[in-house]
Amino acid sequence: MSEKFEPTIIGFTCNWCSYRAADLAGTARVKYPPNVRLVRLMCSGRMDPTFVMKALAGGADGVMITGCHPGECHYIDQNYKALRRFLLLRRTLAGLGIEAGRVKLVWASAAEGVHLAEEITKLVEEIRALGPLNWPKWDEQAEHQPEPALEVAA
Amino acid sequence: MSKPKFAMYWAASCGGCEIAVLNTHETILDVDANFDVVFWPVAMDAKYQDVEAMEDKSILLTLWNGGIRTEENEHLAHLLRRKSQILVAFGSCATEGCIPGLANLSSVDDIFATAYHTVSTVNPDNIHPQPVFRVPEGELTIPAMKPVLKTLAQVVDVDYYMPGCPPESHQIAAVINLVIQVLQGKAELPPKGAVIGAGNSTVCDECKRKRDVKHITAFHRIQEVAPLDPELCILEQGVPCNGPATRSGCNARCPSVGAQCIGCYGPAEGVLDYGARLITSFASVIDATEPAEIERILDGIPDPTGQFYRFNLADSLLRASTKAWKK
Ligand code: SF4
Ligand code: SF4
Ligand code: SF4
Ligand code: FES
Repeated sequence: MSEKFEPTIIGFTCNWCSYRAADLAGTARVKYPPNVRLVRLMCSGRMDPTFVMKALAGGADGVMITGCHPGECHYIDQNYKALRRFLLLRRTLAGLGIEAGRVKLVWASAAEGVHLAEEITKLVEEIRALGPLNWPKWDEQAEHQPEPALEVAA
Repeated sequence: MSKPKFAMYWAASCGGCEIAVLNTHETILDVDANFDVVFWPVAMDAKYQDVEAMEDKSILLTLWNGGIRTEENEHLAHLLRRKSQILVAFGSCATEGCIPGLANLSSVDDIFATAYHTVSTVNPDNIHPQPVFRVPEGELTIPAMKPVLKTLAQVVDVDYYMPGCPPESHQIAAVINLVIQVLQGKAELPPKGAVIGAGNSTVCDECKRKRDVKHITAFHRIQEVAPLDPELCILEQGVPCNGPATRSGCNARCPSVGAQCIGCYGPAEGVLDYGARLITSFASVIDATEPAEIERILDGIPDPTGQFYRFNLADSLLRASTKAWKK
């Protein structure tokens, strides 16, 4: 038996809500798996799809984007923008063979530490089920091996 | 005094870039007057051995057109790099993979299966190319396909990048004239790594169409919008237009004649991932906040991966689909 696969997940979290929710979960000792590495953004609207692609190309198995609930963004409607980007990004990634389940958008207010912890736990399990993504490190790739010769009857 | 040497080569490409060079009209005579053309398969007969026999760095200027798809492409890239002082990635295929780079959405096996064993080809003998083939007389080889197409800069060091599919003829003429001026001591070369023959902003920036920040509620294919308003931004009329992420340099050629920009000048200055930038641009013109409504609008872009990476897939952050590389 191989060891249990521990996915690496990058979480892009909004400073005003989910980053605090994660903090709250921590201080309240709500348990969640340590697979998610959080990157704090000022708002989910700052989430550039480039970040997600960079994370996946750089070795992440999944990405979590979190923001304030609809109507509660500190910058009015930026989380709706994040939602539209996310939905279009997911379709684009599907064309590159990346399963929809690897990138997830979660709304969580600063008070929802438990909810966020549950979402993280769920995502880790879902990505574990999908297996490692292992995007190639293109620049370190070994050079092509010569093909074996083929024989043809005379 | 002997003239400086010039070469042009095509790898995985369509040949259109060569035509674009020939299409510079009388400038092509300046090339002949100022350079000794030593290697240019489309225009003259020459053998690879001739290039191998040249002294290293003996070619002043090589325009390289095409992506690196086969071992032959790769060999020539290394060879011409060694022989050239200035190596220019010329055109979209060389700089970013272009249409040949879209094959990075498929495995090599699928590419061959489609090309040789589907309705696209009459192939009664079921011929399938083999890199090495033994016949009674000896061994025949053809260059093997690499698993994915790479851009020139992913394989060798590149001095300058010239975008466009193909680069606009007036831009090519300007670059050739610049090199001639440099030879005559009247101008200096741009810094290594520069994008030449193009602008530094976006196609939108050069586009005369009016944007009034109208939010759209549906995407359409261009032939479904009749007639297209001649004054208004095409994207704001609901037709996907790649102008917001695309490098300027063509004078917004397509939108100015009523067609959407499909992005042939590649990513604008500072854009790390072309598709990601377009996702952001398109997401900001969609007028919806409910997931189901957004999804309905997005259904109007049937192939987002193709829309956003038609020219730039091989140079994007992800470069190729799992189909191309996952065993
Ligand atoms: S860049 Fe365009 S015109 Fe030039 S070779 Fe490639 S496909 Fe042809
Ligand atoms: S999106 Fe297209 S039509 Fe609109 S301004 Fe930009 S280039 Fe012009
Ligand atoms: S408008 Fe876009 S597609 Fe048309 S020539 Fe310019 S960059 Fe290329
Ligand atoms: S401030 Fe939290 S999503 Fe905008």
